[in-house]
Amino acid sequence: MELWMKIGSALLLVIMLIVIFPRARQMIAESPKGSAKEWLSALIPLGLVAAFIVLLVMMV
Amino acid sequence: MSTPELVRTRAVESALATNKLIRNTYTLLSMTLLFSALTAAASVWLRMPPMTYLLGLIGAFALIWLVLPRTANSAAGLGVVFAITGLLGFSLGPLLSAYLSLANGPQIVGMAFAGTGVIFLGLSGYALTTRKDFSFMGGFLITGFLVVLMAALANIFLQIPALALAISAAVIFIMSGFILYDTSRMVHDRGETNYILATVSIYLSIFNIFVHLLHILGVMGGDD
Repeated sequence: MELWMKIGSALLLVIMLIVIFPRARQMIAESPKGSAKEWLSALIPLGLVAAFIVLLVMMV
Repeated sequence: MSTPELVRTRAVESALATNKLIRNTYTLLSMTLLFSALTAAASVWLRMPPMTYLLGLIGAFALIWLVLPRTANSAAGLGVVFAITGLLGFSLGPLLSAYLSLANGPQIVGMAFAGTGVIFLGLSGYALTTRKDFSFMGGFLITGFLVVLMAALANIFLQIPALALAISAAVIFIMSGFILYDTSRMVHDRGETNYILATVSIYLSIFNIFVHLLHILGVMGGDD
């Protein structure tokens, strides 16, 4: 990657962090606490996504 | 109107509004995905230079941060959504050209495309059919996203291939979580009510999953 593209990408990420940070703080503050059962119901499909990606990697 | 009737009428109105929101979001999402596929194909055909990726992202995020919040509640918001998704699609041109030039490039791109579709349809279908509330994931997902952004920022200069791969895996995991989160926000009353904003949110998750799945498959399966 050329130097100016590295600097441009870094600047974009820094601006992204600055813009997202206030919204992130609000989301963290307003986010309700999930029970173990609720987390399990989210982690099962996400685990399946991980397994699916492993399958794709093995196929390619 | 008696109280039970009033409650029932409000429940019916709320269900109708939710169904309309979901229908409008998925209609707009499918149109924008098709449009961005066309702009991506045009970008490949025009053999756009690598800088197109960065410039496209800057343009799209400028529209998301500066224009979309002011237009999301009007018809102009539709034009802005197509401009954002068109730009993001166009920005993919150099990336797709690079992968397509590999020996098994068309297979990698095809698998990333199909894989993204399966992940999105599976997760969105799961959130819609179970009608579970995934709002509790908000804090976790946004914190994870901030950590990933900082790691990506560091890796621009560190250039560690293993870290780049770990970042791609983390982005796919987080964006998959955001699909569950955003879909459940549409289903539940206290969540998203604007279909334009909902579309952009889900589109960005799909876009990120595609780009990072392409990266993982390219690294793990590339012949070069």
